Amino acid sequence: MSSPALVRHPEDNMPATAALPEAVRAPTVTSPATPSSFGTLALRWYRLNQGRLRATAIGVTSLLAFLLVWHLLTTYRVVFFVRFVNVPAPLAVYASFTKAIHDPHFLMHIVLSCRRIFIGFSLAAVVGVPLGLIMGRFKLVHEVVFPVAEVLRPIPAIAWVPMAIMLWPTNEQSIVFITFLGSFFPILVNTLHGMSLVDPVLVRAAQCLGARERSIFREVYFPASLPHIFTGLTVGMGVAWVSLIAAEMISGQYGIGYFTWEAYSLVQYADIALGMIAIGVLGLGSSLLIRGAGHLVMPWRSTR
Amino acid sequence: MSETLASEPKGHIEVTNFSLSYDSIEGPVQAVTDTQIHVNPGEFVSIVGPSGCGKSTLLNAVAGFLKPTTGIVTVDGERVNGPSAERGMVFQQYSLFPWKTVRENVEFGLKMRGMPRSQRERAARTLLGLAGLEAFEKHYPEKLSGGMKQRVGIVRALATGPKVLLLDEPFGALDAQTRVIMQQILTNMWQRLKISVLFVTHDIDEAIFLSDRVYCMTARPGSIKAEIPIPLERPRQQSMMMSSEFLALRRGLMSLIREESLKAMGGEINDMGMQGLNIELHGHSLADVI
Repeated sequence: MSSPALVRHPEDNMPATAALPEAVRAPTVTSPATPSSFGTLALRWYRLNQGRLRATAIGVTSLLAFLLVWHLLTTYRVVFFVRFVNVPAPLAVYASFTKAIHDPHFLMHIVLSCRRIFIGFSLAAVVGVPLGLIMGRFKLVHEVVFPVAEVLRPIPAIAWVPMAIMLWPTNEQSIVFITFLGSFFPILVNTLHGMSLVDPVLVRAAQCLGARERSIFREVYFPASLPHIFTGLTVGMGVAWVSLIAAEMISGQYGIGYFTWEAYSLVQYADIALGMIAIGVLGLGSSLLIRGAGHLVMPWRSTR
Repeated sequence: MSETLASEPKGHIEVTNFSLSYDSIEGPVQAVTDTQIHVNPGEFVSIVGPSGCGKSTLLNAVAGFLKPTTGIVTVDGERVNGPSAERGMVFQQYSLFPWKTVRENVEFGLKMRGMPRSQRERAARTLLGLAGLEAFEKHYPEKLSGGMKQRVGIVRALATGPKVLLLDEPFGALDAQTRVIMQQILTNMWQRLKISVLFVTHDIDEAIFLSDRVYCMTARPGSIKAEIPIPLERPRQQSMMMSSEFLALRRGLMSLIREESLKAMGGEINDMGMQGLNIELHGHSLADVI
């Protein structure tokens, strides 16, 4: 993993093309390797990463299988309770994808959605994390804020759409507000949970090393809660996308959710699937970003 | 470092008329009652007793985590009313900060004191060197063995140059081999730093092997049942644990604790097994009686 140059052992290219049985048989194929240093290194690397390679191979295979099933269902226009008559084929979606990436309108939809996510989610993190930390540390704040939060929390962000339109002067602001609401509660609740699990012995250890309230907060409570804060951020990011797409479909102009809905209104079926896949890829990308940030911020956990 | 290696022994602990109770639905519960203990400057004192007797409670009161219901705790004449870096503490669960490297853990107390980074890094390296941990300074605690973790715990508690080191069953989670090595390391550090140590354990051998004096507590509500001086010469060797002197002390302490443990079990077991082990103390210390 650390030296990509050595990674390209012949068998290792397999995940892109080979089918599952190939991956399972691989270990026995490699055992009579030449004793040259490159060969042994590559073999050792292969042994160490066997599990991960296997998972990658299976993952790629299963994605390909999904595409194949999709292709077959749409080519033969299967109707079996579910109707695949109007569903676009993967190749049609690919065609509309190649067209869309040269279309500044499509890119603008994506950029706008990302901007809304960025602003809404960042605001939720900037408000939710400190509020959770303070609520976890100061009982009175918890007692005051918690009941209100508990009443508002079960309201889905979509149910806020009419209220948001009344509250905010522009459409853009109300969409960002809904995105904010969607991610705010998971972030708050998980931060609070993290605070409640901080080991009191660590607090005592800090105290008898001379730490005062502020230092304990910074050096113990905050880092101890970080794993849960990041759980909150990951969940919050997911809900942010859910809320954003719903808001865009209902009240938007522009945005990838709007694009998807508009495609339906304009009877451009391939674009519906394109919009959906774009949403999936963006959601996946943003949660990968958060996970990466988590590894950066919590180096003591990423060595596991 | 000159501060931590001062030659004058320090850390006179005095606990007088101490009792501690807490409220429960059935009314106040006495955890520790009518207890006096003291630790002379530079002395190594252990507290042993049956489980649940309040020995950890007593230690936590000296640390400043618990307020005595009656009585006072002083260290070098100053009353204890909260935790402070003057009283270093080592916990059974190590309680190292998982998000800090070994060196950052050791530096923590110095950082809290406002020591500049380069200075505290140097101090931490020196201390880690003494404990044979310099190769691990950049590791996170999770990667260390139990014995290494506890060495870091001890070094961390000593880094600020406390007057007193308090240890709450520090080696309870370690295997027998590691335990012996850790006892040696602790003894070495204690002799070098000339601070006083209050050591809570349920391991009688450990208490005798390490201490100048051992307090034995009664079953709940805990109080001091006996005070046993350990006249074994220093430096102590592993071989002393087979000496008749050691074994006599061990036998005496064992029967004291056995008596209390049985009491704590509420007479479920009759005293058949206790025959011949009853020792009348009448205010004498055990060593005089044997």
